[in-house]
Amino acid sequence: MSSRFKQFAAGQKIPASEITPEPVYRARREIIAGLSAAAAMAVLPAACADPGDKDAGAVAVSMPGARTDGAAHHAAELDYKAATAAHRPHGFYTDEALTPYSDATRYNNFYEFGTDKTDPARYAKNLSTEPWSVVVDGEAEKTGTFNLEDILRPHTLEERIYRLRCVEAWSMVIPWIGFPLGAMLERFSPTSRARYVRFETLQRPSEMRGQRSKFGTIDWPYVEGLTMAEAMHPLTLIATGMYGKHLPNQNGAPLRLVVPWKYGFKSIKSIVRISFSEKMPRTTWNLLAPHEYGFYANVNPKVDHPRWSQANERRLPSSLFNPRRIATQMFNGYEAQVGALYKGLDLKKNF
Amino acid sequence: MTPAQRIAAKAAIWLVALLPLPLLTLSVLRGALEPDPGEAIVHQLGLCALWLLAASLACTPLRQLSGSVEWLRLRRLLGLFSFFYACLHLLAFALFIVGFNWQQLLTELSERAYIVAGLAAVICLLPLAITSTRSWQRRLGRRWKVLHRLVYVAALLVMVHMWWQVRSDYGEALFYSALLGGLLLVRALRKA
Repeated sequence: MSSRFKQFAAGQKIPASEITPEPVYRARREIIAGLSAAAAMAVLPAACADPGDKDAGAVAVSMPGARTDGAAHHAAELDYKAATAAHRPHGFYTDEALTPYSDATRYNNFYEFGTDKTDPARYAKNLSTEPWSVVVDGEAEKTGTFNLEDILRPHTLEERIYRLRCVEAWSMVIPWIGFPLGAMLERFSPTSRARYVRFETLQRPSEMRGQRSKFGTIDWPYVEGLTMAEAMHPLTLIATGMYGKHLPNQNGAPLRLVVPWKYGFKSIKSIVRISFSEKMPRTTWNLLAPHEYGFYANVNPKVDHPRWSQANERRLPSSLFNPRRIATQMFNGYEAQVGALYKGLDLKKNF
Repeated sequence: MTPAQRIAAKAAIWLVALLPLPLLTLSVLRGALEPDPGEAIVHQLGLCALWLLAASLACTPLRQLSGSVEWLRLRRLLGLFSFFYACLHLLAFALFIVGFNWQQLLTELSERAYIVAGLAAVICLLPLAITSTRSWQRRLGRRWKVLHRLVYVAALLVMVHMWWQVRSDYGEALFYSALLGGLLLVRALRKA
């Protein structure tokens, strides 16, 4: 942990000289943009790979320096192959076809901008994400308000290709860029009383028209939560980008959660507050319809939503004559990685 | 209304009622409905059926307000178009969402109550479409009017179909319920 972070954490004033000058943090952010080349390469081998070659494909690596010249490309490809083999058992990546960027960015549930799937892409442009800060409070030794750059600074960005399963029975495959949530939470030194982590999305009705809806029943701000064990799991990601680019606003810029074995609504977007607590947080959908949305919300084909089946899903993009209906996997296919977290828990009751 | 005017009014209904089909086709070809064109088509066809149902329900109050029976001559056409779109809505659901997988269709029908409500609404409209001809009207006599009150049941089922899909924002369901409910209420108030 950087000493500056400790200072921050201790609530000390930061001398002006210590504050990251804009060009510097901009350059840092550009590192993410540099990843796009790497991501493009990552996707290519997967697309033209011999189907028998299971190790070819995209994988989680951060390669800010990578460029598309031949030699570098070849080396990168080899890197990916090596890294793939190492990452597969962790569930960090899948070689299923990626959902096209255009679909992942214009078919969203982000009710802060409206309930229609196309609303976020249409209206999230107005959201200003700079400057951005996150309040950390509750059962931790280091609490306070941290600006985004200081939160991101110590972390190495990596790419993770995850399945995303929405509670509405559709799914996508998305290459995220981010870092494990656990690594970030550790920096705040949660105390032994911290049993849950609560997250809050920005509430800014002036830029979020969904929060101004007169007929909405959501009590803003949007709140989500995880148990500490879930939060510290290596699959749980804080994403700042996707498809080698910054997160578009509609996908939860500048900072969002990605919990691939849970329904999409658990992966809270545009986070402004992280609180450690002893008690299970009251989460938005659970408060709204407790019989429909549980706190855990683990993807589970055997536990149906009261209004529809969760046994299968439609993998987007679907075309007119091919609905691309596939069977939903237990824990969204991450059972080997996370099953142990729920040993002895009745998943029908704790849905 | 002269016969020429009547023909013009009917031609206008045909034109407006059929317009959504080329528009939807165009949207599909332009890729404007990606990544889930099936879902979007199903939704749009349902809205077409709903608006036409409302239009057909508006004919009786309009006659009462204007005192002109001409409105009733347009009612059958509007009602039939509503049934037409309700059938397309159902067909598109079976084709694009369920993919004509009968097992899946049964699952959807048994688990998604709102689909059952929608299906029931279409079933209510079926005998009305069949008996919409003048010969059936004559054959049924006074019972025709009683039978055609099923459209009120259909309208109520459509509202249930919408409310059961609400997740957190009930603006859309409220708007269409006000539309259909208002048209039913006008009748109730007249009777009272």
